Amino acid sequence: MRRPAAGWWFVAPALLVIVVFFVLPVAAALVLSFTDFDVYALGDPYHLRVVALGNYARLLHEPRFWIALRNTAYFVFVGGPLSVAVSLGAALLVDARVARWKPFFRTVFFLPVVTTLVAVAVVWRYLYHPRLGLLNQVLAVVGIGPIDWLGDPRFAMPAIILLAIWKNFGFNMIVFLAGLQGIPERLYEAARLDGAGAWQRFRHVTLPMLAPTTVFVAIITMIGYFQLFAEPYVMTQGGPAESTLSVVLLMYEEGFRWWNVGYGGAIAFVLFAIVLAMTAVQLRFRRTA
Amino acid sequence: MRRLVPALAVNAALAALAVLTLLPLAWMVSASFMPTGEASAIPPRLLPSAPTLANYRTLFTRLDLARNLANSAFIAVVVTAIALIVNSMAGYSFAKLRFAGRDRIFRVLLAALVIPGQVAMLPLFLMLRAAHTIDTYWAVVIPGMASVFGIFLVRQYALGIPDSILDAARVDGAGEFRIYRTLVVWLCAPILVTLGVFTFMGTWNDFMWPLIVLADARRYTLPVALANLAGEHVQDTELMMAGAVLTVLPVMVIFLVLQRWYIAGILAGGVKE
Repeated sequence: MRRPAAGWWFVAPALLVIVVFFVLPVAAALVLSFTDFDVYALGDPYHLRVVALGNYARLLHEPRFWIALRNTAYFVFVGGPLSVAVSLGAALLVDARVARWKPFFRTVFFLPVVTTLVAVAVVWRYLYHPRLGLLNQVLAVVGIGPIDWLGDPRFAMPAIILLAIWKNFGFNMIVFLAGLQGIPERLYEAARLDGAGAWQRFRHVTLPMLAPTTVFVAIITMIGYFQLFAEPYVMTQGGPAESTLSVVLLMYEEGFRWWNVGYGGAIAFVLFAIVLAMTAVQLRFRRTA
Repeated sequence: MRRLVPALAVNAALAALAVLTLLPLAWMVSASFMPTGEASAIPPRLLPSAPTLANYRTLFTRLDLARNLANSAFIAVVVTAIALIVNSMAGYSFAKLRFAGRDRIFRVLLAALVIPGQVAMLPLFLMLRAAHTIDTYWAVVIPGMASVFGIFLVRQYALGIPDSILDAARVDGAGEFRIYRTLVVWLCAPILVTLGVFTFMGTWNDFMWPLIVLADARRYTLPVALANLAGEHVQDTELMMAGAVLTVLPVMVIFLVLQRWYIAGILAGGVKE
């Protein structure tokens, strides 16, 4: 009877770390979100009071929260699909029969994925410079601009979306490439025998066969995009005019800059609820697919 | 002729996309070798007029970024080493050892994957603060020591180990830990390389948590130090580009060398059920 014990000993360190440093804090965050834990409670816990749903009620009346939610939704629902579309396009190009140097292009497109976000955000901040940045100088050649990418509230979020697409499209491209290679060759042959052209084969074989992968990739991408933080933190600090203030950035500011821990916890749980809802949508799609 | 046109179009599109992808990185490298002021010249320069290492020298002397480089390397190596041991033991156990509640616990762990990491951050900070661990390397290391994703990755791989091998070792009188150490670790080597690369890169590139728990600039990891410097040295484009190269280069080299395992990890974690 030594074996059952061994199994437990093997998982114990991992479970201990995950329970103590993740599960407990998540539970504590929920409890804290029902209190007014702030900078005074940080010094002396006796200042702590239970406010029930007070923090959540405050969120609903806080314009900054709605701004952050709207900005994040913009990033997720515009940037997410765009990013997936670019990934799909890149995968189709690399997978094309006539494409040359496939491993080279695959590696190049993947390179931005492994870069450090903070470092490339610093690089792009200079590329976006209204007068000296490379992007505007190139656009000036074709008669566009100059655009104050990070200084104009209308362009700051599109600029962050562009950076995010550049940084991320290679990741989903790999997933799409695997999906494309999973499509049986005989389907294409059958379509060709039926006289289907290249576009029709794409429309009636590739796209339907790739649909489950696409839904999976799109939702996972959007869940990740809800956690937007480092790009606005480094490039815009949430500005200009709060046009890039994201939900996680707001949580960071409230929780770790102003020490409104209870309030920050409430923001974190709203984020959790949104991610949970998106996951539920994904599971439903998977079941029907 | 009918085959040539699409072939040209596809390869031209691939080349164009490759140029767009590489341009920001190429400019970063090129600007890092430019003398002060040249990166913001009009008309723009793509290559330095007289390549110089002055920016890199400044990084290591005046800004003392070597310290932050060492911090990043130390933290990433320690997290990777601990996470490899902890996750591989758990992953193997969930796949091959029997104990009460095994499958139920594993399902609960998988369900926990939907919780965004940020939810735990505020209480975790308070916990570490109560333990006087804030502003130490340990504060960065501790949450990375185990991960559900890592356990999942190893478990899926370890499921493929034939029971007969393990049973043969048991018949020979080997203890469970010895079987793990001398047999399982080697059988799982490919997935452990994958997990190691993932963990190292994820830790190296991580920003939000180190930003929160590290207060003393001498203990900053590279990304935190770089974000901090980028605020102070907005005008020093060339210097900041050198800092960006220094931050990105190690992970990029690791990726280029171990690319096969890294890609395998994405496919194992993302596409499979």
